[in-house]
Amino acid sequence: MQTSTVILVLFALCCVSFAVGRFRSRAVGQQAGGIHLLHSLPHHYGYLSAMIAALPALLVLLVWMLLEGRFIEGRVIAGLPADVQALSESRLGLYYNQIIAYAAGGIDASTLSEPQLAAAEQYNALKSESGWLKLALVVVVAVTGSLLVLGRIKPDLRARNHVENIWTWMLFGCSFIAVLTTLGIVLSVLFEAVRFFRLIPATDFLFGLQWSPQIAIRADQVGASGSFGFIPLLVGTLLISFVAMLIAVPVGLMSAIYLSEYASKQFRAITKPILEILAGVPTVVYGFFAALTVAPFIRELGESLGLTVASESALAAGLVMGIMIIPFVMSLSDDIINAVPDSMREASLGLGATMNETIRKVLIPAALPGIVGGILLAVSRAIGETMIVVMAAGLSAKLTVNPLEAVTTITVQIVTLLVGDQEFDSPKTLAAFALGLVLFFVTLLLNVVALYVVRRYREQYE
Amino acid sequence: MSNETYKNTALIQASLKKRYAREKRFQWMGRFAVFLGFLFLFILLFDIVGKGLPAFTQQYLLIDLDLSADALDVAPDADAEALSRANYAGVIKSSLRDMFPEVKSRSDKRMLYRLVSVGAEYELRDRVMADPALVGTRQSLWLLAHSEAASYLKGQVDPNSPEAERRVKDAQITWLDQLHADERTKSGFNTQFFTAGDSREPELAGIRVALYGSFLTLAVTFLLAFPIGVCAAVYLEEFAPTNRLTDLIEININNLAAVPSIVFGLLGLAVFINFFEFPRSAPLVGGIVLALMTLPTIIITSRAAIQSVSPSIREAALGVGASKLQAVFHHVLPVAMPGILTGSIIGMAQALGETAPLLMIGMVAFIMDAPAGVTDPATVLPVQVFLWADSPERGFTEKTSAAIMVLMGFLIMMNALAIYLRKRFELK
Amino acid sequence: MQGNDDMNQMKTADAAVPEEARGLDIHAHADVSNYETTGDPLLDNPKMSARNVNVYYGEKHAIMDVSLDIGGNEVIAMIGPSGCGKSTFLRCLNRMNDTIPICRVKGDIQLDGEDIYHSRQDTVLLRARVGMVFQKPNPFPKSIYENVAYGPRIHGLAHNKIEMDEIVENSLRRASLWEEVKDVLDKPGTGLSGGQQQRLCIARAIAVSPEVILMDEPCSALDPIATARIEELIDELKERFTIAIVTHSMQQAARVSQRTAYFHLGKLIEVGQTKQIFTNPQHELTENYITGRFG
Repeated sequence: MQTSTVILVLFALCCVSFAVGRFRSRAVGQQAGGIHLLHSLPHHYGYLSAMIAALPALLVLLVWMLLEGRFIEGRVIAGLPADVQALSESRLGLYYNQIIAYAAGGIDASTLSEPQLAAAEQYNALKSESGWLKLALVVVVAVTGSLLVLGRIKPDLRARNHVENIWTWMLFGCSFIAVLTTLGIVLSVLFEAVRFFRLIPATDFLFGLQWSPQIAIRADQVGASGSFGFIPLLVGTLLISFVAMLIAVPVGLMSAIYLSEYASKQFRAITKPILEILAGVPTVVYGFFAALTVAPFIRELGESLGLTVASESALAAGLVMGIMIIPFVMSLSDDIINAVPDSMREASLGLGATMNETIRKVLIPAALPGIVGGILLAVSRAIGETMIVVMAAGLSAKLTVNPLEAVTTITVQIVTLLVGDQEFDSPKTLAAFALGLVLFFVTLLLNVVALYVVRRYREQYE
Repeated sequence: MSNETYKNTALIQASLKKRYAREKRFQWMGRFAVFLGFLFLFILLFDIVGKGLPAFTQQYLLIDLDLSADALDVAPDADAEALSRANYAGVIKSSLRDMFPEVKSRSDKRMLYRLVSVGAEYELRDRVMADPALVGTRQSLWLLAHSEAASYLKGQVDPNSPEAERRVKDAQITWLDQLHADERTKSGFNTQFFTAGDSREPELAGIRVALYGSFLTLAVTFLLAFPIGVCAAVYLEEFAPTNRLTDLIEININNLAAVPSIVFGLLGLAVFINFFEFPRSAPLVGGIVLALMTLPTIIITSRAAIQSVSPSIREAALGVGASKLQAVFHHVLPVAMPGILTGSIIGMAQALGETAPLLMIGMVAFIMDAPAGVTDPATVLPVQVFLWADSPERGFTEKTSAAIMVLMGFLIMMNALAIYLRKRFELK
Repeated sequence: MQGNDDMNQMKTADAAVPEEARGLDIHAHADVSNYETTGDPLLDNPKMSARNVNVYYGEKHAIMDVSLDIGGNEVIAMIGPSGCGKSTFLRCLNRMNDTIPICRVKGDIQLDGEDIYHSRQDTVLLRARVGMVFQKPNPFPKSIYENVAYGPRIHGLAHNKIEMDEIVENSLRRASLWEEVKDVLDKPGTGLSGGQQQRLCIARAIAVSPEVILMDEPCSALDPIATARIEELIDELKERFTIAIVTHSMQQAARVSQRTAYFHLGKLIEVGQTKQIFTNPQHELTENYITGRFG
């Protein structure tokens, strides 16, 4: 029984429920002496019965689907031979996955053992049983809900108010998803990170100077080598972000100043959208550009100057990241400089200051908090940027601040640790979540501070 | 000069030259910054278009093929089943040997075979199976060239460079030159790029499967993010009471807008794949993750659009006895819709170009067949770009650039649509 | 003279209007573009002189053919209803209109006989000589000291800290603010009260020792007590500076100025001694404005 079928059946039930509700309310109304005596219009009664039919049934369906997998897994594993059940959790998981893959028709029977084949059969039987039960349960819940409403249709049933109340709650539910998302992020990274910190002490992680998660594959070396030191990643991330800021801040800020204070309206109208194209280019494109064009160019340039430049130098990744962030810095500074009241410009110009004196000595100092906030936002972007560094930065964690060498970043390590087939319990995989936790909180902190600074700055001139 | 009545004239005039020079310098710095921005954009686009354009043409070689039953290693009256298993590769190889009888050594022969794409044998099979009468004849057919041969024919290889530094060897260049002199080479538009899935061979790889995956993923994203985003915006603008809970929701939306996309990938991996056990690599999970990622954009722009609707419309609707919900859904939302759509399209464009969170949920598999549904393994265009960019073959570099051109084409269209909507909206 | 012709013209125009509508019908004066200035706008030996000044904002003709002299060490008030062009005219006098891209100024404006719109005229030097105080107090978000020191610093008027301290103190004293702020010079200027801020702006303007100070409704954002202090200050400042003040308040014009110019829809309608303008206006529009029939 496909879930889509269940949903289709439920939808059909709702339609029927709506039609019956509308029809019945009309009948009730006429009996009472005319439809106008009804509190709400007939279709409100229809909507109410359809909603009461659908919402609990959908909830039941959702819960069923979430629990189904675990329940079936438990039953199937309980039916397995004792020696299999005695396997370690991860081995057992692997064993079970093979069963599922075979049951879904994904792999050949020849790769499976006898008990596995039997289990697969049991799995399929349970699955189909569960499907039918699911359908039956949904239908029962929906019909009960619908009948409950239909039975109560009376002229004084405030159907419209009930419908609107339900709607308002649904609207609230939609906006509450934002909170759930944050919660989901925090819990998922936190949960896995805590498991990681049980294997590796947090102090080793936070203050360790060596990062080489590859060694830790064998269980006897877990935590022994202290190879989950996060400092080199942090330094690498900051190094690349710093190079990026070195490009993005002057170019973005000066462009914003030129466009808002000097350029003609027409020039600005043409130039701004063109420069903003840079913001719309997908990061994977920048990554490609960095890896295949900029990095070789910088390496050759370095060679011609007699410098040894790594082919995955921090300089190349940072440079391209800087290009990506230019429009971001530009539009933020533009907003912020424009928020400085014109009276400041006039006061300065009225004293005989030149435009650049006005900008350097009045506008920028006045806009400084806002600009700093904007730069913090840009830094947070640079730290969280993934594709450019995955494609153009290095993999090995080197503790260096030389931009000509290859460094690795937090995001690069998250990707390398998680892409490909991984056992979910190995510290290697869990380390990615610990890095994710750090990344989330660092960017969150930067954003909160930046947004606060920018808001305070704006309020000052409102 | 009568300026002398003013006591500070001399002092100020003394400073002027320096100050004006500084003013000029400052303006030039501004111009230079804008110019740098332009320059970066130009280099980026020029680099990608320059690399990508050749990928839209394909090179073919005219090969005389001996399609005798003997050569094909089938019975003369072979049925379709037998024909599908005939030795087409052998035919192509022997034909190549016949055309260049001077090639003797094994390594030379291997180089010779590498002139023609491995896909050529499947193409030949399809042709023979479509027209079994070809069996027993000799045919001159245009076969797809190998990507390395093609790159020489496109003029991307400098034959004077040291042989060790290039993949096309001297012998191959001689043969290709000879074929070219005999007018046995041609180039044509690369339709395969748009109709084929991924492949290990650059000349056979296409973006259809990735496009299809992108389409499915974006469909899921839109179906989730648009209604939820609009409903959330309606709630926050029209219904939300001013209390702590509303503040909490607003703070969360603003912060989520700035959370790195890869963190959403971690969320997708931990919650949807590991906890809810949704299938890996599927557009369903990709779509959900991207929907969560684009929700803040859609909510923020939709709120702005709803805010800009004049309150008189609400009052008019409420005044004739509509409920608040009716006023919002019947009157406010339709007026705000162009603005909401503009924001949603921009959000969708963001989602279309996003790669990192999809890597987390395993949409990096090598996939040759288009997914049939949202739970089948799929890849998307930016991930395809990432995968190809990682391939060492030179042929994939141009494919990557070409895929980027297609991706950017879609993004430009979406943004143009958004700008068009906004302009029309502003005119009203 | 020009003024007499104008008077005659006006009289004939008045004769054509029915007696009972006179002074009430503002619509009779909807188009003032052909009116000539009543009274004598010209002076002997003026500090600044404007001749046939026209200002356009894009298509809009904001100032029409205005000629007016400003004498040395006098306070001239410019009054008129909103949008009459008085502020625009004021801003022409130190080329502040240059900062508005769509604004074009035609005509001839001289400072000490020198054309300020000449291509070789330097706006930096001009604005140092013709300072400006704005409608809303606009101190920089810097310390009080730095606010006053800003002008001398950019123009290089002080060679050392002692000279600068002196300039700052003198300017603040002249703006009668010194006693109030001498202990808090390093506090931000934005923390002062509105009236103090405006006096700080005046101190900032006089720190570069200008010859002319333009004041664009300097008291419109202030309470009556702060306004009174600024008016006292203007009276003191006229000993050293020439002051052109745009004001919305007729009482203020009457209190602080020696001459008054009345603007209406971009035309300079009447100019004369302040006493005469307020007691015996010659032009019907001036009279209507002064008696409060519109404004």
